[in-house]
Amino acid sequence: MNIVKTIMAATALASLVAWGAPAFAARDTLTLGVVLEPPHLDPTAGAAAAIDEVVYANVFEGLTRIGPSGEVLPALAASWDISEDGKVYTFHLRANVKFHDGTGFDADDVKFSLDRARADDSVNAQKGLFAQIDTVEVVDPATVKVTLKQPQGSFLYNMGWGDAVIVAPESAETNKDKPVGTGPFRFDNWAKGSSITIVRNDDYWGDKVALAKAEFRIIPDAAAAIPALLSGDVQCFPFMPVGDALAQIEADPRFTVVIGATEGETILSTNNKKPPFDNLKVRQAIAHALNREEIIAGNGSGLGTPIGTHFSPGNEAYVDLTGTYPYDPEKAKALLAAAGFPNGFKATLKLPPPAYARDGGQVVASQLRAVGIELELIPVEWADWLEQVFKNKDYDLTIVSHTEPNDIGIYARKDYYFNYDNPDFDKVMADLDATSDQAKRNELYGQAQRIIAEDAVNGYMFQLAKVGVWDAKLEGMWHNAPVQANDLTKVRWTE
Amino acid sequence: MSDLAFAAPPTGAATFLRRALRNRSFVTGLAITALVALVALVSFFWTPYDITHLPVAERMKPPSASNLFGTDHFGRDIFSMIMIGSRNSIAVALIAVGIGMGIGVPLGCAAAARGGWLDEAVMRFNDIVFAFPALLSAIMITAIFGPGAVNAIIAIGIFNIPVFARVARAGALALWPREFIMAARVAGKGAARITVEHILPNIVSLLLVQGTIQFALGILAEAGLSYVGLGAQPPMPSWGRMLFDAQTRMMVAPHLALFPGFAIVITVLGLNLLGDGLRDLLDPRLNRER
Repeated sequence: MNIVKTIMAATALASLVAWGAPAFAARDTLTLGVVLEPPHLDPTAGAAAAIDEVVYANVFEGLTRIGPSGEVLPALAASWDISEDGKVYTFHLRANVKFHDGTGFDADDVKFSLDRARADDSVNAQKGLFAQIDTVEVVDPATVKVTLKQPQGSFLYNMGWGDAVIVAPESAETNKDKPVGTGPFRFDNWAKGSSITIVRNDDYWGDKVALAKAEFRIIPDAAAAIPALLSGDVQCFPFMPVGDALAQIEADPRFTVVIGATEGETILSTNNKKPPFDNLKVRQAIAHALNREEIIAGNGSGLGTPIGTHFSPGNEAYVDLTGTYPYDPEKAKALLAAAGFPNGFKATLKLPPPAYARDGGQVVASQLRAVGIELELIPVEWADWLEQVFKNKDYDLTIVSHTEPNDIGIYARKDYYFNYDNPDFDKVMADLDATSDQAKRNELYGQAQRIIAEDAVNGYMFQLAKVGVWDAKLEGMWHNAPVQANDLTKVRWTE
Repeated sequence: MSDLAFAAPPTGAATFLRRALRNRSFVTGLAITALVALVALVSFFWTPYDITHLPVAERMKPPSASNLFGTDHFGRDIFSMIMIGSRNSIAVALIAVGIGMGIGVPLGCAAAARGGWLDEAVMRFNDIVFAFPALLSAIMITAIFGPGAVNAIIAIGIFNIPVFARVARAGALALWPREFIMAARVAGKGAARITVEHILPNIVSLLLVQGTIQFALGILAEAGLSYVGLGAQPPMPSWGRMLFDAQTRMMVAPHLALFPGFAIVITVLGLNLLGDGLRDLLDPRLNRER
């Protein structure tokens, strides 16, 4: 069928070319495949990466933004001045910026957004980003002065997160279903369970984007993703659940395959307050029982970098701690016995839909069974995972990829679902916040990585690889994923 | 004695056996079914490999002397997986048929015995259940109550009820006007007693044939449900899910799909042949023609 269709399409195309086809305009629509459907579309009110993967840089913009290599770039703030003591940031905003509903953008919107995000009743998933902000003052409509409680080296980076985008007071409450931002694309339509469409914003303040329309089609099923790509229904999978079909697609000249790095630390998250996982020996036993090479190999494509702590190997501050608790089932058994479980114990492992969890979970369960820990596998949908595990902390173990950049700070958060609490770690984080010297910061990051690795807070498995697959005629997609985003602003068809 | 025409062959066990052995589809079907049952039984005591252990380094090996059917994407031996998966298929289908018979047959017999509003109520309820495509409804049930082998059994079982109710009712209705039933009534037996003592023994062959066919359909339904992720959950192996796991890897390792596919085909084929053979052997009309 598809071959016939392709031939017919090719014949039609050839005849058009032969006739000159003046009406045959350049291609300017794109259908992307995404695995997960976002729970809603407000990046300031949810932790799900799927939200940012639609709206970041496309629909919403912040004061700054993160570029394709993780660098901080100006966005709604054209420039900024930093005071001598590093505590006062003066942002100079862009002029002629309009929200998609036609309302103007000015300093009041910035103050509104930042105050809203750090308010006590804020539902922002990353309130820590704003923790150092003391006051936000409107100097004039085009200037905002942010004063910090103490100097913070990562402040400009933090303002580039999807959780720190600028929203308008008029539309902030309805952004979940009808996102209104300042970006180069406008939200158009969301067919729940099927696709989300954004279209070009012709009133954009900056360079117009090449794509007139982009559709994010939700394809949770890996078995459906490959036919969708091969048939041309979907022209781009920024994160393709490609599995063992990688070789087949790489060999196909119609597609570009880019294997990039992500910020996705894939870990066996552990409920550190729930017995028996509150026992360090039990957690160390789990760490010794995990064979990272096997977990990576069992994950379909076999791509991924082993990690020993919660930090991206691509980061200059990364310390290789995979040797802290090397794979050693005998040692794991001994530790379990010392912890009072000579015959092991039973626990549950909740698995969200991505293959790294559902497939990886079976490998992990097999490895833990070998040392006496019997895991019951419980597959959960994404919304249930967010509700049960992330919010209500109702779990023993789970597997998830933490794709936020530079997010080791979550280990200092008392309400985070790891239930981890270590004052030594908190102190390192506090010191880090007060340090702006890069060498010193890297050293502190190193300390932080060691503490959580030695505490075996979670089972550290591997850094997720980003397998991007798209039509060979498409250019401008990000190769790596320094933040959770599918930035389409530079994407265009080359013919 | 006119009831003999309806009963299982009247000509003695030896003759029946001889006729059975001449019936090719019965013999083939029985042999295949027995083989599958044997494999399932053996899997309780022995499989070539331990499938709870995942030797990932050995993943997706093609069939060889050490792994007869090759290994899957976790390095598990596919032959062992199919052996243990047969247990799951058989258990789900058998219990589902049991549910269908256990509820459907009494319903059908009661409808035939009482007639009137009870008959109407039972049969219209059957029509409603029948109106939905069975597999679709099974998907609906498991989607509501959650995936898992137990819910798959219930879902498939529910859709076996009207099948057996209809067969039992049709068989019973044909018997009720017969003289030997009338004799029993004259002798003072109640409807329930007549059903148990005279109707059921005479429709058992019909139910047996239908049961074999439903059993085959149950195995298919279980594979379908597991394939869409609503059947038995990992790490419990199931033929349907093995097919699902194989799907994205078809181009790289076709043996992943081939063997569980064969297992399903052969089992269903065997049961269908057995059902055909049984029908030929037990059908009184065919008997009389001989």
